[in-house]
Amino acid sequence: MSETVALPTVRENANRSRFSLTIFYLVLLPLVVVILLAGVGIGSTSITWPTIVRVIELKLLPSLWTASLSVSRADNVIVWLIRVPRVVVAFFVGAGLAAAGVVMQGLFRNPLAEPGIVGAGAGAVLGGVVSFVAGWSARSVITLPALAMLGALLSLVIVYAMATRGGVTPVATLLLSGVAVSALLGAGSSLLLSLNIVNWQIAQDIVFWMMGGLDARTWTHVWLCAPFVLVGVLAAVIQTRDLDLLQLGEETAASFGVNVESSKRMLVLTAAILTGAAVAVAGMVGFVGLLVPHAVRLVIGPANRALLLASAVTGGAFLVLCDICARTLHPPTEIRLGIVTALLGGPLFIFLLLRQYRGADGQHEHP
Amino acid sequence: MSILEIRNVLVERGKREILSEVSVQVRTGELLVVLGPNGSGKSTLLRVLGGLWQPSSGSVTLDGRALPAFSRREIARRIGFVPQDTHVDFAFTVSELLAMGRYPHRGRFSSETPADRAAIHAAAEQCDIVPLLDRSVDTLSGGERQRVLIARSLAVQPEFILLDEPTANLDIEHSLEVLELADALAAKGAAVVLASHDLNLIANHATGIVLLQSGKVIANGSPEEVLTPVRLEQVFRVRTELSEATDGARSFSFQRLPQSGLPSVRGKSVAGPAGSRS
Repeated sequence: MSETVALPTVRENANRSRFSLTIFYLVLLPLVVVILLAGVGIGSTSITWPTIVRVIELKLLPSLWTASLSVSRADNVIVWLIRVPRVVVAFFVGAGLAAAGVVMQGLFRNPLAEPGIVGAGAGAVLGGVVSFVAGWSARSVITLPALAMLGALLSLVIVYAMATRGGVTPVATLLLSGVAVSALLGAGSSLLLSLNIVNWQIAQDIVFWMMGGLDARTWTHVWLCAPFVLVGVLAAVIQTRDLDLLQLGEETAASFGVNVESSKRMLVLTAAILTGAAVAVAGMVGFVGLLVPHAVRLVIGPANRALLLASAVTGGAFLVLCDICARTLHPPTEIRLGIVTALLGGPLFIFLLLRQYRGADGQHEHP
Repeated sequence: MSILEIRNVLVERGKREILSEVSVQVRTGELLVVLGPNGSGKSTLLRVLGGLWQPSSGSVTLDGRALPAFSRREIARRIGFVPQDTHVDFAFTVSELLAMGRYPHRGRFSSETPADRAAIHAAAEQCDIVPLLDRSVDTLSGGERQRVLIARSLAVQPEFILLDEPTANLDIEHSLEVLELADALAAKGAAVVLASHDLNLIANHATGIVLLQSGKVIANGSPEEVLTPVRLEQVFRVRTELSEATDGARSFSFQRLPQSGLPSVRGKSVAGPAGSRS
């Protein structure tokens, strides 16, 4: 087989750049720990590291060990009731969005697909806007996330029903109806905003919600988001073999035993739950679900089980990092999280896009 | 012995009939070639045989039982399908692609068994791709990719294997290799159904030929019965000359009919790739 020998060395190198999972995690996990600690340690009030460690010890370790420790009430509130839940929420939001991105990119066979592609993102945002306008969000902390989740699932059902004919849902049609419904729902959110612009409090809530943010997130938000993200990631992991095969085309998937239509429904539902859970507690946060899976795939390859878990962890850490930037770049004002992810993610994404186009050109050398 | 059979099958897309009144039977141990010009319905016939497309009417049966009564996984374990389009969107390695060939046999969480690994390795050896196992599929040539996809279907260890124009991307040497591989699989007791429009390539390998034209079966039988100059002229619209080598290997040379389609360069004969290696 002379072809094997004759291949250009560049191609060989491109192949070698794929790291083993072990190396990937050896680099990633310490980084994640550092980012999580930084997320707790960095803030407008400076609290010393020993105090932070003491607060966390008090909460997590059995009381026998921690009897001798003491912290002030203020420190306790700042660390345990403000910063830790915020970091935890950020992590789960990032993980959920990245996992949803993996599912969508595999399903649509397009590394540039994003979690909101079937309308779940826009639906969740509209759900949140409705709860602000109706005044329900002020009454209970749960109504906003609940309506957002409802909006995500409702818009998914509408998009899926629109794209289905005779039990078959072509992904191209799904994509187009997703784009159309997203645009409509986005217009709905904007309409509600412009109708309420005179009511400054509501308008501000809506604008901040549409820009995404994690200010004043509590343990309640953790409980509202984390279970859905965990269930969603688990559901996605169960479906990774189907996803691997669907990534190679529906006909191939069917010929290797995948029930294509039911598998697609389950995958889209999984992605919508993940997206809904993330948007419900953070508002509209773009680019994470698009960028993280894409970047992680470049490093560890496209096999979905490994990709899903690695992307979830990376996405979580990435969003915590973005949130640190949002809190600290322009004190005392917080920059909205969606702006930070777009500012960091946009250029990175353009870089990857250009890289991909170059890659596509390169393929012509090898028909 | 297993039998895959379609009877009186009609396939429509919109108002167009892609296949009509098609009946074909294939048994394990046979190498059946589906022959016909572009657009004659070869790929569609293979998809119907593999249960990937449901016919509008007519029946598809595996060992006498209707194919839709089998689960998708059962069908996948028994009937392998290799598509004509070998493009792979994502940069999987060759090993990862071959491992997917075992998915129909494995539970959602079960890890690879020694039997899985043995099947994968045997498939890789049969298709001559062992040196490529660690390569990313986007670094392969079209011919290498074709052999990888055939190996992935062989890793399933199916009784029936459907190859949709497997030699379309291959040079002559690798085309003949694929044909010999198909021969070997049939000799070992599998049934191979191979779609092709390359007369010279298949003439000396097929045990049976189904000749398609515009979605209808024109002839169905042994190569000697089917490949007559009159019939080939009717279906492919070229004048065909058959020559037989001393070892019995047959090859064809073709000449455009004067009245067909584009203006022809008179008297220019186009010989197909030599099929005299048998």
